[in-house]
Amino acid sequence: MLENLFVGIADWLRSLLGGLGTPGEINEAIVMLAKLVAILVFILVNALWLVYMERKVAAYMQARIGPNRVGPKGLLQTTADIGKLISKEIVIPKKADVVVFLLAPVLIFVPTLMVFAVIPFGKNMAAIDMNIGVFYLLAIASLSTLFFWMGGWASNSKYSLIGSMRVVAQMVSYELPLVLGLLGVVMIVGSLKMSDIIAAQEHTWFIFTQPIAFLIYFIAAVAETNRTPFDLVEGESEIIAGPYTEYGGMAFAMFFLAEYANIMVICAMATIMFLGGWHAPFGLDFIPSWVWFFLKMYILIFIVMQFRWTYPRIRVDQLMGFGWKVLVPLALANIFITGIGMKIYQAIGW
Amino acid sequence: MESSIYSVVAFYGLALTILGAATLVVFVRNIVHSVLFLAVTFVAMAGLFLLLDADFIAAVQVLVYAGAVCIMVVFGIMLIQRADMKATNLFNKQLLAGGGLVALVVALCAVLAGRTAWTELVTAQEVPANTVQFIGTLLLSKYVIPFEVAALLLLVALVGAIVIARDEEVKANARD
Repeated sequence: MLENLFVGIADWLRSLLGGLGTPGEINEAIVMLAKLVAILVFILVNALWLVYMERKVAAYMQARIGPNRVGPKGLLQTTADIGKLISKEIVIPKKADVVVFLLAPVLIFVPTLMVFAVIPFGKNMAAIDMNIGVFYLLAIASLSTLFFWMGGWASNSKYSLIGSMRVVAQMVSYELPLVLGLLGVVMIVGSLKMSDIIAAQEHTWFIFTQPIAFLIYFIAAVAETNRTPFDLVEGESEIIAGPYTEYGGMAFAMFFLAEYANIMVICAMATIMFLGGWHAPFGLDFIPSWVWFFLKMYILIFIVMQFRWTYPRIRVDQLMGFGWKVLVPLALANIFITGIGMKIYQAIGW
Repeated sequence: MESSIYSVVAFYGLALTILGAATLVVFVRNIVHSVLFLAVTFVAMAGLFLLLDADFIAAVQVLVYAGAVCIMVVFGIMLIQRADMKATNLFNKQLLAGGGLVALVVALCAVLAGRTAWTELVTAQEVPANTVQFIGTLLLSKYVIPFEVAALLLLVALVGAIVIARDEEVKANARD
C-alpha cells in the first residue's frame, strides 16, 4: 500500500483522465505535467526545510539551540524568512547590466529543476527514465556555471566579478573528477540508465566495489555546489558574498535556495550511483523504497552540512592543486584499475 | 523524425530561435551578450538533435558547447576585462572578404544539400533506442584513427598551453 503510494496516485490520475475521453496523447502529457509539478513543489518546500536543517545542525554543533520561536520547534522560521525576503525591494545597481542581472537568479533554478526529472525517488518513481540518464544529468548541471557567472558579471562590482571568476574556475576544475569518478560505476554497469544502475546494486552497493570513486565523486560534488571547505566563491571574509553581493530580497534568496536544491541533487546522485538507490539494505523491504531513498539522501546531506561546520576554508591555490593534482589522477587510476578488474573477472568467468 | 504536428511546430520554433540568436551573436555590440546568445543557439541546436531522436548527441551538444565552449569564451572575456564593455564586438571594414567567405559557405552548403538524397534518409530504418553503445563501438573500431588523432591534437594543445604559461612564469621569476 505505502510502497506504491505515489505510483498509485499517478495511475489513479491516468484512469481518471481516461474516463473523461480525452485523447491518449494529451492524457499522458497531463500526467507528465502533474509529475513534474509535484517534483517542483517538493524541491521548493524541501529547500526551505534544508535551510532550517542547516541552521539547526549548525546550532547544535556550536552548542546553541537555533531557530525555535516561529512555529513548533522553529519549523516555520524559513517560511517567515521567505515572507520577509519577498516583501523586500530588489535593488538594481546603477551600472548593472539590468536584463542579465535580473535573468540570472531566475535561470539559476532551471538546470536544477531539469535534472530532477530523471531522478528515481523510489521503485518506478522516476518521472522520465532516460536511456542516457546519468549523462543527461551531467550535461544539464554543467549549464549552471554560466548562470552563476551571469549574475556575478552583470552586477558590475569588484567582489561579484572576483566571485564569478572563482565560480567558473572552480566548477570547471571539479567537473572533471566528478565525471571521471562516476565513470567507474558506468563501466561496471555498462549503461547510463538510472534504473539499470540501481538494478545492478541489488546485492552489492557500488560504494563497496568503488570506494575511491565514491570519495572522489563526493569531494568533487561538494566543491561543485560551492560548499565549505570549497566555498571560496562566496568567502564572506574576503569577497562578501561573491556573485550574490549586489543581490537583495528574493533575487538573493533564489541563489540561496538553488544552492540547497543543488546539494539535494548531488546527494540524490550519490545515493543512486553508490548507495543502491531505493534498494533496502539487509532485506528490510517492508519499509517502502522511497523512504529508503530519502533516508540515504538525507544522511548524505547531513554529512555535507557537517563538513561546513567542522572544516576551515581552503586557499585558492590549494583548491586548484587538490583538484588537478590529486583528484583527477586518482580518478584516472580508478578507471584504469576498474577496467583491468573487469577483464580479470571476465577471464576467470564470474 | 516523425511528421506529427508537434514535431513540425517544434522544428520551426527551434529553427527560428537558432537563426535569431545566431544573428544576434553577430549584431549585438556587447561581447558578453554575444556569449549568452551563443549559449541559447547551442541549447536550441540540442533541441533539434532531440527531435531527430539523437538524445546522446543532444546531451553532448549541451555539455561540450553550451557548458564548455561558452565558458572558454567567458574566461577570455574576464582575462581581457575592459572598463567599457559596450563596444567590444564591433564591425570592421573587411566587408568584401567576409561577404566572399559567407558566399562560399552558402554555396558549399547548397551543393551538399542538393546532392543528399533526403527522401532516402527519411525513410531509412528506425533510430535505435540506445545509441550510446553504437557510437562507442564505431568510435573505437571503424573511426579509431580519427578518434586517436583528435586525442593527440588535444594533448598537443594542452602541452602547448602549459609551455606558454610556464614561459611567462620563468620570465616573471627572472624579473624578481
